[in-house]
Parts: sequence; structure tokens; C-alpha cells
Amino acid sequence: MSVALEVEDLVVSFPGVGERTPVVDGLGLRVEVGETLALVGESGCGKSISALACLRLVPRPGRIDRGRIAVGGREILDLSVPEMRGLRGSEISMIFQEPMTSLNPVVNVGGQVIEAIRLHERVSRSAARARTLDLFEQVGIPDAEERLDAYPHQLSGGLKQRVMIAMALATVPKVLIADEPTTALDVTIQAQILQLLRDLQRDSDTAILLITHDLGIVNELSDRVAVMYAGRKVEEGGRVDVLAHSRHPYTEGLLRSMPALARPGERLAEIPGVVPPPDEWPRGCRFSGRCPRALPHCPDQPPASTPLPDEHRVWCHAVAEDVAS
Amino acid sequence: MSAPAGGQPLLRVEGLRTWFPIRVGLMRKLVGHVRAVDDVSLEVEAGRTLALVGESGCGKTTVGRSILRLEEPQAGRVWFEGEDLLALDPVQLRPYRQKLQIVFQDPMASLNPRMRVRELVAEGMRSFGIGADEAERTERVASLLERVQLDPDWMWRYPHEFSGGQRQRLGIARALAVEPRLLVLDEAVSALDVSIQAQILNLLGDLQRELGLAYLFITHDLSVVRYLAHQVAVMYVGQIVERGDTEALFREPQHPYTRGLLQAVPSADPQRRSLEPHVLGDVPSPADPPPGCRFHTRCAEAFERCSREEPSLFRAGSGEARCFLLDPGQEGAPAGSPSGPSV
Repeated sequence: MSVALEVEDLVVSFPGVGERTPVVDGLGLRVEVGETLALVGESGCGKSISALACLRLVPRPGRIDRGRIAVGGREILDLSVPEMRGLRGSEISMIFQEPMTSLNPVVNVGGQVIEAIRLHERVSRSAARARTLDLFEQVGIPDAEERLDAYPHQLSGGLKQRVMIAMALATVPKVLIADEPTTALDVTIQAQILQLLRDLQRDSDTAILLITHDLGIVNELSDRVAVMYAGRKVEEGGRVDVLAHSRHPYTEGLLRSMPALARPGERLAEIPGVVPPPDEWPRGCRFSGRCPRALPHCPDQPPASTPLPDEHRVWCHAVAEDVAS
Repeated sequence: MSAPAGGQPLLRVEGLRTWFPIRVGLMRKLVGHVRAVDDVSLEVEAGRTLALVGESGCGKTTVGRSILRLEEPQAGRVWFEGEDLLALDPVQLRPYRQKLQIVFQDPMASLNPRMRVRELVAEGMRSFGIGADEAERTERVASLLERVQLDPDWMWRYPHEFSGGQRQRLGIARALAVEPRLLVLDEAVSALDVSIQAQILNLLGDLQRELGLAYLFITHDLSVVRYLAHQVAVMYVGQIVERGDTEALFREPQHPYTRGLLQAVPSADPQRRSLEPHVLGDVPSPADPPPGCRFHTRCAEAFERCSREEPSLFRAGSGEARCFLLDPGQEGAPAGSPSGPSV
């Protein structure tokens, strides 16, 4: 297996009170060709900013301070702006949660996909149009030929998301970053889009970095899972290992607080408190303030990675002690 | 708290219809109606939870708003404690505005940002004459905040100083301040992260047990429904297509739409990974619902009668479903169709 996307020691910061505050702090990720890695966490954990960093699209005043990101073996942080622009769309593409913010409202949707193709390849307009029609049919847009001329506001949420996916796949990217691709959609439409992503991956071996807060979608789509909390990875491993045999107290808490996995009427397990804001993150383990297993040294010492069987890793002092004893 | 009067439900909605006019042009010519709510009937028992579920645009929010008369329905009855709320004039309606309260998805949009928490919570008390004076109301605000697990000292803060989950607690405290009997919870936990959602769901459960509150829980999230609702009503394009007891409905959904909806929910159980889209295409527009059964355009089991005739609710299992497959008089209805001996 070869690596499609590799992130090492990534630090992304925003201006805070006084000095800059890192909101992503030393993140490492690896997505193999044809694999789906789910990056999971609650609001504010840094998962979306990490995704944007992979396209060098971190919004100002945010900034990548440190780290390396490689797409298909190419270091993207060293590329010039025009080189990076060439890479986006051809090697690495992104699907956003809200398609309306990334579709141009005054250009018909067919035109937008045609433009995306012709930006990266020298093909005639009619050839690009034919390929767009193909793509629309492939992503399951009914009456595709008519829909080429439709404007975004004339399409439902599900159809707009399909157009976004068609556009992201127009140039057969090696890496697809999907940031909450179905969160704004109804479940019946969501099921269709998830199926579509699965089919496309099977056909083209695209590596997918899936950003989501929904553990159900993680289970349906991913091969491996990385759980983030307050800017850092806390657990990583195969889908079944993380969902059925999670070891980090945060992952365990997340799973136990899900109503879907609880018995009706039974009290849900709560994670007490809320995620602290970035300028109040403890020096050590950032979950220590809410953790039922916190040890005296947890708030001061950042936990190292504890390896478990099958490349399952956990960053937790308490688990490290379990394993040592 | 008082027990349900003689087995009567606390709230009974019959044949509710709320249509919105579609007007175009300078002369505001009427060209049609959005049939947001089209002949909806439901019941909520005292101290129990009815979940009203469906996808976006199905009309579930309009049902909640119509019951509270935040929208004016064109037809139907809303019986609450023996009174038809739709027949009351604004003065007669006032006491019922106290007994029925609503909590919205985005509490920030419903909390005046320039009012301190104390004012936000005490506002309703004052208008309904709860509490002898301001000092007593302040005390009541403090105990309400404690009840929803917020620090009573925070009553002098403004809503923007609170996180999403804390604001939802505020919204609940504000609703409870006037001692309601029924809360309409409109996607009240949908925008929250799962760990915060668990806190709010536990709080809602505690409040129901302690105060005997009834909930009309409006949501698109089926896993929350299964967890907390006693009864469920499933809506599709302005109509209820199935209703029944939660456990039975989840175990043996009767309507093809309910089945499709349940099959479309991704499961976090790694032993189950079998999601396949069973309901294809998009939801039709409520401004132009399909003739016959409104679901027939997406239904894998539709037959000729479905596009011609509109089904009514048929008895099915322990509940009811709007599908000809359950019509005992339907010729060629598949053998063993679950119409049950109770029909």
C-alpha cells in the first residue's frame, strides 16, 4: 500500500490573548491509497481546520506554523501559490458540508464543472461537457442533461451535494477530503450519498479523509478512525477496534453518550462539563479536566502514545498504566 | 402533578390543516398553496412524550407552531384540557399560552440578547402573575437555574456568555418558569454535540418524571426518538403516514416510508454495517404533492391504486399506517401483510 496523504506534526494557530494559540497541535495522519480515514471529534476540536490545512486553505488570521503535509509524496507546504492551485482539484479535492457556499450562484452547475475540468486539462468545451454529463449520471443526478443548465438555487440540497461531488471527482483526485458531507442532508438522501462515496472509492481507489462528528457515518464509511479532542489526537485505530474496543476515556464517553447505543429510558452516560476554549487548554492531557480516570499528573504532562495490538494507539496516562501493569 | 383526566389525552389534535398561500407578482396573485400540514391528528398524554418525526419540509415544525397558534390553521381542532384552542379568542387563549411552552433548536434566536438571564427567565412569570414580587421572582429564577444545572449566580449574565448547551438549558428554564404542562421541543437537541446532547436528554427525562411534563418532541433524529419517546408519529409531505408505540414501531415498522427511514440511519455498531439506500430520489414539494399516496413516487412497493387514490390511516399492528398494503379490503395485498387480527 502506498500513502496518498501524510500529515506530520501539524500545528495551526490563531491569534489569541497575547500570543498565538494553536488550535491544531502536533497532529499526524496517514491515509493510504483507496482507504478512508475518519477524523472524528466534537465542535471546536480542530478537525475542520486540519482538513483545510491539507489544501492550504486555512482561513486568515489562522496560519500553519509547523509540520509537513504530503499529497502523493509531494510536500505541499513548499509549493508556490500557482503550483498549489494546480494541485487542488487535480490531486486533492474537497467536499464541504454546505454546498451553497462553494457553488457559484450565478453560473449554471454544468458550467461550473466544465470550468473545473478545463482548468486542469486541455480539452475542448464540448468534450468537457460530455464528461460532465457522464459525471452527473455517475453521481445519480436524474435528468442529468437538463440539470446541466440549472442554477444552484433550483436544486435540492441532495442534488447540490451531488454536483459538489461530481465537481470534486471531475479530475479523479488521489485524495478527497469530505468535511461533514452529509450533515445538512436528510437521512434518506444521506444514505444515497454515502453509497455514492463508497462506489466511487471502489471504482477509482481515491483516498478519503472523512471529517465527521457522527459515529454512525464513521462506521458506515471508514476503514480507520482518528479521534481528536482539543487540537490533538487521542485515539487511532481500525474501525472495529475504535468503535467496539475503544480505550481512551473520551472515546468511551462519546460512545456511551449516544442515544442510539443506549437502552430506551436508561440514563445516558454524560461527559461532564464542556470542551474548554483553546486558551484554557491544560499543558498536559487536554481531556484531564473532564476525565473520570484522570491521574494527578495528567493536567501537567502530555501523554505519549501507547501502542496496542493492530496499530491501535491511545494517548492516555491511565491506559499506559493499564498496559504496563 | 395532576393525573390525566379520566384517561383523556392532555392534547388531542384532530384534522389539523395549515396551508400557506403562494402569491406572485405585484398584485400578489394567489397561485397555489404550500400544504405544510394537511389533515394531521395526534394525541399527547399527560407526562408522556410523543415524537413527531420526518425529514425537512415534512411539516413537523408547522404542526408544533399551529398547536401553539404561532401559525393560524385553516381547519381542525386542538383539544387541550377539554378546550378547543383554535376556537378561542386571544383573551381566552392567554391562560393556555402559559400551559403550553416551546423550546426552539437555536435558543439564541429566541433569547433577547440585550436582556440578562434573570429578566429572560422572569419575564413570563411576571406576565402570568407568578411570584408575589420581584424578590420572590428572583428567588424562583435562582432555583430554576439550579434545576437545569446552571449556576444561579449567572442570572446577571447575558445569553451570549453561554455555550450552546447552556443556552438550551436557559431555554428550558425559561419555558419551565411559567409552570407549563406541555413542552413543544422543536429540534431542541439537534444542534448539540453528542456529549452535550446526552446532558440535555437526561435533564429532560428528569424533568418529565419530577414535574409530570408532557413533551411533543419534534425531530429528524430517529435514534433520539427511540431513546426517549413513548409514542411516535411519522410525517411525510404534510401528513402523518404512521403512528404507534415507539417500541412496536421501531421493531415492526408498517409503512414503507417508515421502513426506509429506519434503514437509512447509520449505525455506530461495528457488527452492523449494511446501510443501503432503500428510499430513492427526493422528497416531493408540499406545494405540489403527488396525487394518490404522497409517497408512491419513491415507494418500491407501490402498485396501481397508489397513484390514483389517497390512502387513509389503516389499523396496523398496535398503531396505524397510511398505506393500501394494510387495507384489509385491498385485493392482491401481499399475503401475510401485517394487518393483524385486531382489525
